Amino acid sequence: MKAPVHGLLAAYASETSFRAALRGLREAGCVRTDAYTPYPLEAGLLPQAATPVGWIMLLAGVIGASGGFFLQWFASRDYPLNVGGRPLNSWPAFIPITFELTVLTAALVGVLTLFCLAGLPRLHHPVFTDPRFKRASQDRFFICLRADDPLYASENVRRILTDLHPESIAEVPA
Amino acid sequence: MKPPVEAPAPGPGEALIAPGQTMESVTRTISDIPLRHPYPRFWWTGFLVAFALVLLLLTSIAWLFTRGVGIWGINMPIAWGFAIVNFVWWIGIGHAGTFISAILLLLHQTWRTSINRFTEAMTLFAVACAGLFPILHLGRPQFFYWLVPYPDSMGLWPQFRSPLEWDVFAVSTYATVSLVFWYVGLLPDLATMRDRAATRFKARLYGLFSLGWRGDVRHWVHYQKLYILLAGLAAPLVISVHTIVGLDFAIAILPGWHSTIFPPYFVAGAIFSGFSMVLTLIIPLRAVYKLQGLITARHLDLMAKVMMATGWIVIYGYAEEFFNAWRSGNVYERFVDVNRAVGPYAGYFWVLMACNVIAPQFLWSRCLRHNVGVLFVVALLVNVGMWIERFVIVVTSLHRDFLPSSWGMYHATFWDYSTLAGTVGLFVALLFLFLRFLPAISMTEMRRFVATKEGGP
Repeated sequence: MKAPVHGLLAAYASETSFRAALRGLREAGCVRTDAYTPYPLEAGLLPQAATPVGWIMLLAGVIGASGGFFLQWFASRDYPLNVGGRPLNSWPAFIPITFELTVLTAALVGVLTLFCLAGLPRLHHPVFTDPRFKRASQDRFFICLRADDPLYASENVRRILTDLHPESIAEVPA
Repeated sequence: MKPPVEAPAPGPGEALIAPGQTMESVTRTISDIPLRHPYPRFWWTGFLVAFALVLLLLTSIAWLFTRGVGIWGINMPIAWGFAIVNFVWWIGIGHAGTFISAILLLLHQTWRTSINRFTEAMTLFAVACAGLFPILHLGRPQFFYWLVPYPDSMGLWPQFRSPLEWDVFAVSTYATVSLVFWYVGLLPDLATMRDRAATRFKARLYGLFSLGWRGDVRHWVHYQKLYILLAGLAAPLVISVHTIVGLDFAIAILPGWHSTIFPPYFVAGAIFSGFSMVLTLIIPLRAVYKLQGLITARHLDLMAKVMMATGWIVIYGYAEEFFNAWRSGNVYERFVDVNRAVGPYAGYFWVLMACNVIAPQFLWSRCLRHNVGVLFVVALLVNVGMWIERFVIVVTSLHRDFLPSSWGMYHATFWDYSTLAGTVGLFVALLFLFLRFLPAISMTEMRRFVATKEGGP
């Protein structure tokens, strides 16, 4: 019996052939494809919903701002201090702390959002078993056609990957 | 969405990266510093000297906690002394790091790429040194947590209308957000370190900190959005922090402090001193670690120009202070400025003028600006000048205010100097540890820089 397979991992030395192979797979109708690059590329290379990071951070910022202001407003009522007859809700003096807490909340929630969306921290992933994958973080571009793709067994799809001269291509165990 | 780093625009004159660099070569050059530990003699000498100063800092703090703030030169009327001078100086130094990594990123200044990681680390360590001083200055430092709003049994709250309370939030937010921004930037580089590490132990250690990052194209999309938004948050944050530090002074009614120019003038001064510190550190490091191919003469030239531009804003601030004192007709304001120039602290004032006003003007000359030695000396002088500036602001305003019967003098003691020297040691020791264990230049951003330059997409 064969060991379960995670997918077919192809390494490309150039970004151009990597992009062509990705395009080929998409046109052939492959849906379960992963790709790994040593530096960030633009969105839209793989089908993916728009990133919600911006909206989540905006929401966190609003919560931080209102929470920060409420804290100061509440404290000035809970323990009233009359400073030269000025109103207890002396809001201009509350703006700096409100701003700082906005930034703090948005930044921390933003990072946690990235971790959730990317499934981090994670101690292991099948692609790490491949010794070639060490170069994914250095100077090689990888495409992984996952074994759960309906077209995984198709010779045609494999030809798309091999025709663009990958540096190497091999199956990765799950 | 705009990528954080765009294709480099070929600058006039020199290149931002030496010719012939590839993705492989930049990754190797940068990761070899922590992984191979070249020039161990330089590293050990520097680290041990700095560590000796850390021990001096610990001794000073131990003695301070034993005897109280009376071991310093502070007294009435000069209650602020070195602690606040050092606090403002260190936090100002930190600001250049955020300026380079966040504001220059948003302005698409691609030259920041090879220096942002190092300057962000500098920010973190400078803020760590700055954060010590207000706590040491508290008198009863064990109660520092009274500054934090928490539901205490006495039903008390901190005074939210006070700029000193704003400082607590500003500095702690700044430290946290800087750390987060730095770590997010480091994440893909830690994955590279994991994959290049020679031993299993190192690979595991870097692997743990890289959290399993694998450069997934979908993850990069979230990552880039987060990175640009963090930069967008850090940019106004850095301005707010030094604005609030400026307000610590400006909201007091003391002559020489009570001025609306303080917040912008403090922000410019912070970036001025921060860039001078970046130059002071980067000039020797790029020489020792032979990084001239990545941190080129053009980088130094651009940093020198930013230093001059912010230096002129600071000069405007000085002129404005004198002009306003004269124009307001307020005798106390006028007296403070005259006292600064010819009073008992006149020596400090004129050294400040020489360091911050005269010294940077040599950089108008292209030839002097491109002389690494001259640039280093000017940067060093600006560092000294900016420290003295804060000394002049703090001490000369406090020592002679409205009532001559309450005038006094401030003389720093050995423990004042030892604490200052100790934080310099802490800062340098942390930088050495950073150089030893983490990539000092962002490999990810350098790879993209090289790839797009070579005509990739």
